[in-house]
Amino acid sequence: MLTAILAITALAAVFGLLLGFAAVRFKVESDPVVDKVDAMLPQTQCGQCGFAGCRPYAEAIAAGEADINLCPPGGETVVLALADLLGRDPKPLEGEAKPKMVALIDENTCIGCTLCIQACPVDAILGAAKQMHTVIESECTGCELCVAPCPVDCIEMVPIDESVGTWKWPYPVIPVEQKP
Amino acid sequence: MTHRLWSFPGGLHLPGHKALSTGTPIRAAAIPRFLILPLQQHIGAPAKPLVAVGDTVDKGQMIAAAEGYVSAPVHASSSGRVVAIEERPIPHPSGLSGPSIVIETDGKERWGKRKPVADYRSLDPSALRNVIRDAGIVGLGGAGFPAYVKLNPGSHTAVETLVLNGAECEPYITCDDMLMRERADEIVAGARIMRHALQARRCVLGVEDNKPEAIAALGEALERLSEREIEVVPVPTRYPTGGEKQLIKVLTGREVPAQGLPIAVGVVCHNVATAASVHRAVERGEPLISRIVTVTGGGVAAPGNREVLIGTPMAELLQESGGPTPAMSKLIMGGPMMGFTVREPGAPVIKTTNCLLAATAAETGERPGPVLPCIRCGECAKACPVSLLPQQLYWHARAKDFDKAQDHKLFDCIECGCCAYVCPSNLPLVQYFRFAKTEIWTQEREKKKADIARERHEFRQARIEREKAERAARMQKKQAEAAAKEGSGTDDKKAAIKAAMERAKAKRAQAGTEPRNTENLTEAQQRQIAEAEARRARAKAENSTEEN
Repeated sequence: MLTAILAITALAAVFGLLLGFAAVRFKVESDPVVDKVDAMLPQTQCGQCGFAGCRPYAEAIAAGEADINLCPPGGETVVLALADLLGRDPKPLEGEAKPKMVALIDENTCIGCTLCIQACPVDAILGAAKQMHTVIESECTGCELCVAPCPVDCIEMVPIDESVGTWKWPYPVIPVEQKP
Repeated sequence: MTHRLWSFPGGLHLPGHKALSTGTPIRAAAIPRFLILPLQQHIGAPAKPLVAVGDTVDKGQMIAAAEGYVSAPVHASSSGRVVAIEERPIPHPSGLSGPSIVIETDGKERWGKRKPVADYRSLDPSALRNVIRDAGIVGLGGAGFPAYVKLNPGSHTAVETLVLNGAECEPYITCDDMLMRERADEIVAGARIMRHALQARRCVLGVEDNKPEAIAALGEALERLSEREIEVVPVPTRYPTGGEKQLIKVLTGREVPAQGLPIAVGVVCHNVATAASVHRAVERGEPLISRIVTVTGGGVAAPGNREVLIGTPMAELLQESGGPTPAMSKLIMGGPMMGFTVREPGAPVIKTTNCLLAATAAETGERPGPVLPCIRCGECAKACPVSLLPQQLYWHARAKDFDKAQDHKLFDCIECGCCAYVCPSNLPLVQYFRFAKTEIWTQEREKKKADIARERHEFRQARIEREKAERAARMQKKQAEAAAKEGSGTDDKKAAIKAAMERAKAKRAQAGTEPRNTENLTEAQQRQIAEAEARRARAKAENSTEEN
């Protein structure tokens, strides 16, 4: 009896020390859940979720302060992935999912005010004061944040054309046989 | 000498329908009025145009150059004038358009300068590869991978076996069969060049045993050219023996690792038609501007094989073969198992077009019956040549559970269609797998884009922070400087004032104008002062009492 108690106590002490050591030695600085959630978000930085960007939204989700269905660019895929990761119930998406778009500056109208450059969250607009601006299409996330600040309304969102490289095989549709 | 053969799992014995198109010899197709040459006919980066609209081009002239390592140039298939560089329908399952160069032919077939290599043995493998690259040769079996890339084994890997693929296992297709029958010499010559480029120890040419004429023709060619290093091996007819990994397994017993390349087991595999075009490019100086296309199926009156200029519209080729007849329900590029429906018959024949199947309703390869639920019979797993579990893949793909589909090795699927062929429930299994594959690629592409966007966003945030901090630091410094300046300024002023006062005092003292009326007062004056003081004190006392 006494041996058993001693043995268990000794084991408890040893493992306690081990765990304590591990907690100090392998301390994780940032919250891994935030990183995981952030990795799932589409990084458009559009703020349609009501937060200042994808990471703040990820932090809010991880803290349980925000719903998982607030990201329209991510669409249903992101909602389902987040539901799966966090063990929450999937919900229908708030707002509507739009096709992928890129910003296009009408170069004849642009006055070179740099307001859109300041609004772009990913530095995808090139230009300088009183010089024509242009969008680097490959870097544009389609967040639409540049549209509102433009004083001459020269920015337009255009849907990305499907090409052979981005084309997807459709989900097989099986016609339902009508029984007479 | 009998060659030992191995086997792969699964596979099917399919009705070949090959006699339909082997009755007549290869005939040259007519030169079309317009040639449409898509810039991307291969795997890799699209080629970059070298000509402008209005330019006159010679037959065989390079009109678009390869961009990057994995890419292939495009050549004018006939002489004429460039009339457009624009988006045109291309043969692709999507039915989308792609950038293409359109040439109006002049019918003169005026060749540009051809530079044949007199003796390929005098060239080192790398120079030989460059000749092959500049000839725009890609794998003609169907995938269209640039041939010169596959002829570069890398510096650390020795190539043991060069496998030439003449299996042609898919029903209806006979272009390689006819090529082997009629141009065996070209294939053997090409094989020699390829072997030299690869420095391969041996070369095996695998042909399915349902093509005895081709096997005989190749044997004769080897004899004629007294070539003893190349071996023609008949392999059992079983679909999909013509799959690269399957043929390597059958001929060498080696299994190419999942998602690996044949070079990992010391093997390089090329199609026989690719070998023939390598011969033409090196020894005749002719780039890849034509290929043999099987035009077959119930939808054409005169099926057969045609040597077609790359860029010929499919519709014209069909017309030449007496089609399309009203019986045609679908135009398929490739065979009924692995081909895809061409939605726009105006699309051109490209380097990878091995067969045009003008299929009647019965020939499309689609199952006739209604689609029923999966009953988990396991027939698909038995038929799978890659030993996958198509039914599991089907469930996961259908549920869009792509992680699980990948766990079940979705990307090892070669889309041969055996599973769908045997499925008693008529499930379109391959469609599900193709859907899942492209969906996963899209997700990966988006993930990559998201990662770049995140990085750019974080960099921007950091930059804004840094600029803010720098601005604050600058302000602080400025303020500090200003404060320092001001502080020293007051001291100066004070000192100046003090000095001025000193000077004034000294001046006054010198001038002796100091008022001296408080000293040496008279009695009366003293009294007056005392009275005034007393009044002041009284008034003060009265004031305080009033206040109280």
